[in-house]
Amino acid sequence: MSFWEYLGNRHQQLLADAWQHASAVFQCMVVATLLGVLIGVVTYRSEWAGNFATLSTSGILTIPSLAMIGLLIPIVGLGVPPTVITLTLYGLLPIVRNSIVGLRGVDPTLVDAARGIGMSRLARLLRVELPLAWPPILTGIRVSTQMLMGIAAIAAYASGPGLGNVIFRGLASLGSANALNQVLAGTVGIIILALLFDAAYVLVGRLTIPRGIRVR
Amino acid sequence: MSDSDNHGASIELENLTKRYPGSAQPAVDNVNMEIKAGEVVIFVGPSGCGKSTTLKMINRLIEPTGGRIRIGGEDVTDIDPVKLRRKVGYAIQSAGLFPHMTVAQNIALVPKMIGWSKERIRDRVEELLDLVGLDPGEFHGRYPRQLSGGQQQRVGVARALAADPPVLLMDEPFGAVDPITRDHLQDELIRLQHELHKTIVFVTHDFDEAIKLGDRIAVLRERSHIAQFDTPEAILTNPADDFVSGFVGAGAALKRLNLTRVRDVEITDYPTVTVDDPLQEIFNRLRSSGTNEILLLDKRRRPYKWLRRGDLMRARGSLARAGTLVHDTVTRDATLRDALEAVLIDNAGRVAVTGRRGEYTGVVDMETLMNSVHELLEADRLEALEAQHDLEETRADLTHAEQEGDGGERKA
Repeated sequence: MSFWEYLGNRHQQLLADAWQHASAVFQCMVVATLLGVLIGVVTYRSEWAGNFATLSTSGILTIPSLAMIGLLIPIVGLGVPPTVITLTLYGLLPIVRNSIVGLRGVDPTLVDAARGIGMSRLARLLRVELPLAWPPILTGIRVSTQMLMGIAAIAAYASGPGLGNVIFRGLASLGSANALNQVLAGTVGIIILALLFDAAYVLVGRLTIPRGIRVR
Repeated sequence: MSDSDNHGASIELENLTKRYPGSAQPAVDNVNMEIKAGEVVIFVGPSGCGKSTTLKMINRLIEPTGGRIRIGGEDVTDIDPVKLRRKVGYAIQSAGLFPHMTVAQNIALVPKMIGWSKERIRDRVEELLDLVGLDPGEFHGRYPRQLSGGQQQRVGVARALAADPPVLLMDEPFGAVDPITRDHLQDELIRLQHELHKTIVFVTHDFDEAIKLGDRIAVLRERSHIAQFDTPEAILTNPADDFVSGFVGAGAALKRLNLTRVRDVEITDYPTVTVDDPLQEIFNRLRSSGTNEILLLDKRRRPYKWLRRGDLMRARGSLARAGTLVHDTVTRDATLRDALEAVLIDNAGRVAVTGRRGEYTGVVDMETLMNSVHELLEADRLEALEAQHDLEETRADLTHAEQEGDGGERKA
């Protein structure tokens, strides 16, 4: 069976897997973004806390993803929970780091001006600091998403959702008729998803980065 | 601070002190100062003298470690700083506009925070843009990065004035713009203050700027010690000590010219014609004027050209080719120094004075300038003598009192 025939036969299954893959990554990204920005906001003003947050999130990233999922199985069981936890944790680092860098990079005279005209701490954060730090934060989110696309494939190891299942099935039956097709389909699917997400982020950037920072 | 007419409020600083942990000397040491309502007071001094720190303690961007601050009689040393700052306008160097907001959004920030209605904010933004000399229709929706430095600074001042605060703090606001723009902005500020009567505290290290803008100048030395706090005239003619005279620098007589405005001297009338007048009438005026030249005004009555006798003949009756273009005019708010400059450059020794929209109002010439400068300097000299006399008398009183033994608690 050629690759194209394989796709023709299994496209329904593949689309379902792709959809689940995308949805898992998307939902974990939402959680990671909220958590990551929050950690950034809480820690950026203290040298010590900011470095600690960056260091611990990058510490998480050094754990091999396969090991992380494997270690989580006895604690939270199989399926969705270990997938979500792993993806969220891995997604944190770029977001936390870019939030801290972005927030620290806001021109101090602007913060001074905001204070001087009587903006409260919260107003300063929401109306001045976060909007100005948003471009680097968004870059962090993009990097995270790309990374999670690949890591999510490994979730199939813990019977999680997504295109990883197709890849794992193919790898398990290497030598059989469809093995290569399966691996190929899963991999190409993930690449396409990643590109689609990236395109979406370009659009999100256009819509959410204030025009005043974009114009030069 | 509840002035309903929103003119200035007085500011009193009492033993104001700032001590940073880990440094032996306080950064600001025991400043006492009374600033009257509606007054422009300039803090001037070398860098690092604590003038900026003192200013920032007034709106408590820097929390004082000792002393009291009263604005309009109300003690604001312990009130919520966010509330305090909404009643005190604040303008800083290079404007500090938020780049992600439009000009209008920047100006609207404070009114929004204190809960004005949408229409009121919109009207106020238009009014303020107009006030600082920017066309509301054109600049309303622009972003700060699309503005020149001078325009940004104008918006910065508009933002500081947005909620009509009685007090305006300005921290070297014109420090980062080019000299020509700075000059312009200074003139604008003077004009604004004529309309608004705010209490303005203004920090600069430029003594000429201080002379030009201040009702009173506080010359500060290290740790914000006040070397002299007086009118610009008094500081120029009667500096308290070597530090102050060093700061005043050379050319005090020339600087004195910065203190008087064109509107304070005699503006003479001059024969004029407009471009719309028929040629014959222009000829007649030239002949009957009794002067060598007449001033040609354009359609909007702005000075356009100096026409000399014979110019028109040589140009065969063409107004477009005849005469020499007016290349410099001064407004009634310009300083005598500006006027002198313009007169010196003009080869006939006079300069046209214009009103707000550039329309002709009169002429100032060399003779007028010389006379007024002589009068000014003479008056200053007399005043200084009197002040010195007073000072000596108080000193004599003090020594007397000390000798009597009851002067211990009485400090000058």
